[in-house]
Amino acid sequence: MSERKIRVLIAKPGLDGHDRGVKVLSRGLRDAGMEVIYLGLRLTPEQIAEAAVQEDVDVVGLSCLSGAHMTLFPKTVNLSRAKGGKDILFIGGGIVPKKDVPKLREAGVAQVFGPGTPIKEIADFIRENLAEEKRDNKD
Amino acid sequence: MAEEKEERPERRKEFRTTVGGTVVKRVYSPADVNVCREEDVPLPGEYPYTRHIMPGGYRTRLWTMRQYAGFATVEETNERYKYLYRQGQTGFSVAFHLPTQEGFDSDHPLSAGEVGRCGVAIDSLEDMERLWEGIPLAEVSTSMTINATAAIVLAMYIATAEKQGVSADRLRGTVQNDILKEYIARNTYIFAPAPSMRLVTDLCSYCAQNLPQWNSISISGYHMREAGSTAAQEAGFTLANAVTYVEAMIDKGMDVDSFAPRFSFFFAAYTNVLEEVAKFRALRRMWARIMKERFRAKNPKSMMLRYHVQTDGFTLTEPQPLNNIVRVTLQALAAVLGGCQSLHTNSFDEALALPSELAVQVALRTQQIIAHESGVADTVDPLGGSYYLERLTNQIEERAMRYIAEIDHMGGALKAIEKGYIQREIAQSAYSYQRAVDSGEQVIVGVNRFTSEEKSDTEVLEIGAEVEKKQVARLEKLKRERDDERVGQVLDKIRDIARSDKNVMPVLIEAVKAYATIGEISDVLRDVFGEYREPSLV
Repeated sequence: MSERKIRVLIAKPGLDGHDRGVKVLSRGLRDAGMEVIYLGLRLTPEQIAEAAVQEDVDVVGLSCLSGAHMTLFPKTVNLSRAKGGKDILFIGGGIVPKKDVPKLREAGVAQVFGPGTPIKEIADFIRENLAEEKRDNKD
Repeated sequence: MAEEKEERPERRKEFRTTVGGTVVKRVYSPADVNVCREEDVPLPGEYPYTRHIMPGGYRTRLWTMRQYAGFATVEETNERYKYLYRQGQTGFSVAFHLPTQEGFDSDHPLSAGEVGRCGVAIDSLEDMERLWEGIPLAEVSTSMTINATAAIVLAMYIATAEKQGVSADRLRGTVQNDILKEYIARNTYIFAPAPSMRLVTDLCSYCAQNLPQWNSISISGYHMREAGSTAAQEAGFTLANAVTYVEAMIDKGMDVDSFAPRFSFFFAAYTNVLEEVAKFRALRRMWARIMKERFRAKNPKSMMLRYHVQTDGFTLTEPQPLNNIVRVTLQALAAVLGGCQSLHTNSFDEALALPSELAVQVALRTQQIIAHESGVADTVDPLGGSYYLERLTNQIEERAMRYIAEIDHMGGALKAIEKGYIQREIAQSAYSYQRAVDSGEQVIVGVNRFTSEEKSDTEVLEIGAEVEKKQVARLEKLKRERDDERVGQVLDKIRDIARSDKNVMPVLIEAVKAYATIGEISDVLRDVFGEYREPSLV
């Protein structure tokens, strides 16, 4: 049985236009064997949540370098959960001060990857966490 | 003699300036400089200005140390500016928050979380007036990083000056007003490229007639470099955009020498010092020749590449942030050795957050140490004549000119952007770079080599949530108290003029004086011009 490819949605909520990271990551995760949908920039949390649920993705990657992450990331998580995306793994990236990371984790963002993170580290994190989730679901 | 030829192997199979950069030879000699002709490298101040645009370089006048700053509401930023003004700084550089840059008021749903974050919140003329309270606009020069809404923000600046009793012809400063690179890299566009070009050229021609001391555009390679381009791509793509602006102005019926002297540029400085110096020298030579040979400019000022440099933000690392002070020093050194007119040095904590006061001070001191202690500013183009540097200057010029020719072949920068050519080239370079870092081929100290466990105790600047509440309340009050009928009339007038081929600047000045907001004015223009959506290229 061929296993379904991991589906990842990558998006930039808010008004920040720095998209080097998301573009490199989209391509990198694709090269790592995942299916990646890059939704684009200047999106509302509603638009991202809607797309995440409709596309039935396993992972949502959010990027923000403007400092609005504390507003935008939790809102996207909550809306996605409310729309039925219960098992989606959320990850974040951008210019995120370290002290914000625990708060984001609490809000449902599993991990925050800062500038310079190797693509492999992110791909490995996704695989490990999805595998864990599957195991948990079987219990 | 066989023993003498036997050598120890080199550290690498191939040496390059940067990923995707120029191949570097073991040693350079007069044979390499033979390709460097006298007419290419005359004395500083002589066409094509390879060595410097002025004969005396920094011996006459140091570069302007211009630190980009802006955060929270106008009060906080005004306080910072007044402090800097008292310290003797007369060159300001305004960072606007993203809603101002993208034409949204602070109470727009898309502004949630962004208000005052990466710049100062400006919704209306009232905010702009407060921003400059206590700072005489006749005495300072102001650079504003604003593009899609540049015409509206400049209108606010002109109106603020007028209230201070300062006429527009006395204003000195720069608006970035470079929309083309927004579609390529920075992404704060609003409208489609064609109407955006009309706004750009309206602003430039208005300045040519009314603000003779104002730089009406700052054509920027910086953001393309940030997005991943190589040094040669940065040079080639920036000048290709510049060519498109010059052509658009000529199409508007303007004489090249009437506006080109007020065209300015903005580039990045990476850490490979010699490659950056070579890039700046190549750029000066290329621009001079393009203006003289292609556009038949007669005024030497039209041929002189005047530019601002910012040390490159992408090169800053999150781990071991103090290492960034060293990176910024090398980058700033490259900018000075390359002959920039003004310079911003990044703060070491900018991979973590907005810079703290301490970090900003170290960044400024870095420039002062280079200016006053290093000695590199005491002679013009101190590296000129180095076999390696001259060779590298020629190579970057050749590669950049090939990009310009390629874009010309496609029908110019607008077409190349529509086709996604420039975006794809840059994305490819960015990906190659990441692969090189991930594989360890490109060493980044503290990231993929020489890593260490560290404490996360760097103090960073915080912007509280109260900033947004305060700004939204202020906007509501403004809307309650102003003359709404007058606002409605002037917005209608903007609609009519936007549909005509008249210059939009005068009506924008009228509109901001009626306290129409940036969101309201942008919405009218959205109606007329339509909004741009980025094509899917990933």
